[in-house]
Amino acid sequence: MTNGDIAVELRDVVKSFGDVNAVDHVSLQIRDGEFFSMLGPSGCGKTTTLRIIAGFEFPTSGDVLLHGRSIGQTPPFQRNVNTVFQSYALFPHMSVADNVAFGLQMKQVAARDIADRVSGALELVRLGTFAERRPRQLSGGQQQRVALARALVNRPEVLLLDEPLGALDQKLRKEMQIELKQMQEQVGITFIFVTHDQEEALTMSDRIAVMSNGKALQIGTPTEIYERPNCKFVADFIGESNFIDARVTAITSAGPQIQVALETDDGLTLHAISERPIGVGSAATVCVRPEKISLSPQEPGPGTANCFKVTVDRVAYIGSDTRIDVRLGQERYITSWEQNNRSTLDRNEYWQRGESGYLHWAPENALVLAE
Amino acid sequence: MAADPIPGDGTRGGMLGIFRRNTGLQLGGLLFPALFWLTLFFAIPLIVIVLYSFATPSNTGAIIWNLTPTNYARIFSDAGYVNAYLRSIWTALLTTVICLLLGYPLALFIVQREARWRTVLLFLILIPFWTNFLVRIYAWMIILSNNGLLNSLLQSLSLGKVNFYPSEGAVLLGLVYGELPFMVLPLYAALDRFDFRLMEAASDLGANRLKAFTRVMLPLTMPGVAAGSVLVFIPTIGQFVVSDLLGGAKVDYIGNLLQRLFTRSNPPNWPLGSSMAIVLMTVLTAVIIFYFRTTTEDDR
Repeated sequence: MTNGDIAVELRDVVKSFGDVNAVDHVSLQIRDGEFFSMLGPSGCGKTTTLRIIAGFEFPTSGDVLLHGRSIGQTPPFQRNVNTVFQSYALFPHMSVADNVAFGLQMKQVAARDIADRVSGALELVRLGTFAERRPRQLSGGQQQRVALARALVNRPEVLLLDEPLGALDQKLRKEMQIELKQMQEQVGITFIFVTHDQEEALTMSDRIAVMSNGKALQIGTPTEIYERPNCKFVADFIGESNFIDARVTAITSAGPQIQVALETDDGLTLHAISERPIGVGSAATVCVRPEKISLSPQEPGPGTANCFKVTVDRVAYIGSDTRIDVRLGQERYITSWEQNNRSTLDRNEYWQRGESGYLHWAPENALVLAE
Repeated sequence: MAADPIPGDGTRGGMLGIFRRNTGLQLGGLLFPALFWLTLFFAIPLIVIVLYSFATPSNTGAIIWNLTPTNYARIFSDAGYVNAYLRSIWTALLTTVICLLLGYPLALFIVQREARWRTVLLFLILIPFWTNFLVRIYAWMIILSNNGLLNSLLQSLSLGKVNFYPSEGAVLLGLVYGELPFMVLPLYAALDRFDFRLMEAASDLGANRLKAFTRVMLPLTMPGVAAGSVLVFIPTIGQFVVSDLLGGAKVDYIGNLLQRLFTRSNPPNWPLGSSMAIVLMTVLTAVIIFYFRTTTEDDR
């Protein structure tokens, strides 16, 4: 196993329940040692995909390959893959140590090796002194670590994690995110992580698959997913976006990055970039992230693209940022975030409702999304 | 918190003040209803039976208060009595094991249905209780008899006649039939509490179905197994109706002997019957202790 080899490959996997495709023609490749997340709202098929890799569900069609071997129809107990369950699913009648030893006992590892590996795994999750406790005597965070140790002790080819941090409170969740990532780098095992929390996925993952309605809409690094969403769903689900419907009027540069000019129904001219070739006259949605929009009291120099005079409609101070909703024309509202990098208490330093200002964003910060 | 366990000022109370100050009295007061009940309905009858078991029967059936262990000696020296015990224990064990082997898959099947089917299936399990047990056993006699339902069926398939009844097999069938619901219900309750995701976890960790069952499901449903077994074993060991009706009263079970000694024999022999009952009770107590030993406090 060297880095860069494919650990898990899904080939056109479909899973139907009745006439519903919970997983709808998903193909993806996960590299060895990668921290790969499947992100999406509930019911998007991410957990079913994970369960197919684990072997709890068999694909209706398509195949799953683990290091090149087809395992699509292999029962879970014959796959060298382990799962950290959302509910932890620790065995309540066994001690922490017996829980962790279970997988090794099933593989008939010698008793002496089991003891060593179990204590090693418990050390890794910093629960060395809890070996003789019962799961119910532990806190949620500790149970979560036991579940992790119970899976990792088997040295699986791939570790599957089904929203393992979902039951933890916000602070513990953040700590565990960092810890999980460090642990993954330490043991070097491929992690496949299912979550509906976009921040969690962005923080930890090497690559993310954004899923919706059983389809993998976009697969890419956190920056690719955030900066270059390939559709409106991804742009909307990850972070916040302003969407402006417009029609392409000209291709201004067809170089490696396609630059286009667009016009809205109410006559605004926009400049944006497109990742894919797009024809003049076609309808498109322009996506602009709020933090990439600046609002200034003075009119920027002439020739500034995407510059519009606006009226401040609402101002919300949220600590690190101020979010300003502005009105452009009669009906159009756009959100802009301004970082609070001055520590002032003077309210006049902030934008006020009803003030006028000039909105602008660079063309490379506006992305054309195909309809 | 090392404060006074009784809130309030004990010296000020009127008549009940004495209860506040004296923990012994408090305890006595709280325990009195239970103790009274147990004494009246459990301890006194038990003492009467123990006394009877050491008494001597007269040849008219009256009791002579001449306390000797003769009755016990007779039970353990007479092969007829010893065999009745062994037969009863063996039959009860066999019934329990068969009920367990049939009841566990059945309870598992019911638990894994959708909610509305579960209710229907549990209802079907309980329906036989609406008919008197004796009547149901008579029904089995009709089914199993030489010209009964089963033999008519066999004959129509030209497979010849089988003497199903009366036989020991028919007794076992009747017992399993009668006791199965008492096994299924506690097993159902235990399986209903069982988290089936643990089976996925076991499978994920490399356990095949058998291993997952023996290492995870069975230990976690042991309280149901123990409760069901006790509920089946105890009534079965003392039964006499099924063995009389389906066994043709050819061989004696403890229940048959007890019934005869107390009511049918001439003269009745209550002292011998009492000593037999005491021996039976000792056996059953041992079973109950086993049950409490194999399950922990929070399993129950």
